[in-house]
Amino acid sequence: MDDAGADAMTWIRAHLADILIRLAAVAALVGFWWWATARAQSLFFPTPDTVFEAVWNDWLTNMGESWRENFWPSLKRLLLGFGLAAFLSVVIGVAIGRSRKFGDYVEPIIHFIRAIPPPAFLPLFIILLGIGDLQKVVLIAIGVFPPILLNTIDGVRSIDPQQFDTAEVFQIGKVRRVTHVILPAAAPKIFAGLRISMSIAVILMVISELFAATDGLGFRILQSSRQFKYVELWAGIVVLGVVGTVLNGLLLLVERRVLRWRVN
Amino acid sequence: MVLFVALELLTRAELVTPAYLPPASEILGETVSLLGRSAFWTAFWATMQACFIGLGIATLVAVPLGLALGLSKWAHKAAITIVELLRPIPSVALIPLAILVWGRGTEMRVALIVYACLWPILFNTIYGTHHVDTIGADTARVFGMGRTKTVLRVYLPAASPFIFTGVRIAASVALILAVSVEIVAGGANGLGIELQLARELGDLKLSYAFTIVTGLVGLAMHFVFEAIERRRFAWTTQAQTP
Repeated sequence: MDDAGADAMTWIRAHLADILIRLAAVAALVGFWWWATARAQSLFFPTPDTVFEAVWNDWLTNMGESWRENFWPSLKRLLLGFGLAAFLSVVIGVAIGRSRKFGDYVEPIIHFIRAIPPPAFLPLFIILLGIGDLQKVVLIAIGVFPPILLNTIDGVRSIDPQQFDTAEVFQIGKVRRVTHVILPAAAPKIFAGLRISMSIAVILMVISELFAATDGLGFRILQSSRQFKYVELWAGIVVLGVVGTVLNGLLLLVERRVLRWRVN
Repeated sequence: MVLFVALELLTRAELVTPAYLPPASEILGETVSLLGRSAFWTAFWATMQACFIGLGIATLVAVPLGLALGLSKWAHKAAITIVELLRPIPSVALIPLAILVWGRGTEMRVALIVYACLWPILFNTIYGTHHVDTIGADTARVFGMGRTKTVLRVYLPAASPFIFTGVRIAASVALILAVSVEIVAGGANGLGIELQLARELGDLKLSYAFTIVTGLVGLAMHFVFEAIERRRFAWTTQAQTP
């Protein structure tokens, strides 16, 4: 315990200038926001203190309701869509990466889907799937599908052939070859795809909720704007920024755990 | 590629859910006839206009800023912190705010596109300046080149492949944002508005056609940028997507 404390101290000392400059930057940002908005006295751009007060009053003090009405519906859609796409694209990606022929069949289609801006699917999906959660989940899934898939394919194709030969020599079965050879070797690339996809997923979650929704984080922002509540609107934007950061942070944590074995 | 067509024909022969997926040939026909309509081209140009004005402004802001941040270590650290704070805010979350501030016209679209395009260009410019060969900079100093001149004549050209990669990424972001803003906010002209209209009419074929056409626009933009990249930056092999 003491050791850890001492380690932390040396780390802080070594990075003191770095930490200070970062803190100064944050202070400068908030300071500038304050100065500019206080000066402008604009209805559209409230001062940071009122915004943070709104974050506290509207979001944090009645977290139970915010969670039920806004956070949970949004996160549910995001995680379902993200999880579905991640699972499918890793499975399909391994198949494509291992078989040239299958890749030749499927790849043109994937490249075309990737070219379509994901929000353009929204009207079509509303016709096909209605305005419920299904449409929102599918929209998120299709948006994050191509980056994860292409990264998985790339990862599988760049595996050293020697690894397969070794697996052959040790008579490792097909299934175990996938779980013990292919997936670990492709994991860094797969995670790169997941990281790109997370920010896309958040964007699509918000878009799907700005349109034909009755709950969620995006819906709450839309509602504040419809009622001309500017401070609440800004508070919602800040909360969404925090949600995006937290999701990225969690993904990084998972990545670090899964790829711990990697020497880099 | 031929098999792609064969796959399309398969969905046509299946006819399991014609209410969900009209035969491929009919969608294709609708798509082609769409390209002959003037309404489509007005929508197309409106969207493109917003995209390119936004992209242009973002480039003009992000490149000088990126060069400055890339060259100064302290400014870089400070700025990265601020950028890391601002970047997670999804650009689409700003749509409701932007509508209130700027209304539903081109101005609002451009403002949002500028915001979203800023980040990829900025990051790539910073990244590019960090990859400039120090020998080039030292040589410039030996020849008595001033600071501004060094930046313009050494750093900017050396970083330009990276900057262009940033602009290329930003172009697809711009299209995504333009379409989403049009879908959510409405307005006078635009591909997203036509998509929305097709949905309101309940015209499935038209919806498919517009979705495909939007994809074609995305593909076209991608190919144009790639062609420029290959031609202008043929001398470099290190321009890669970071």
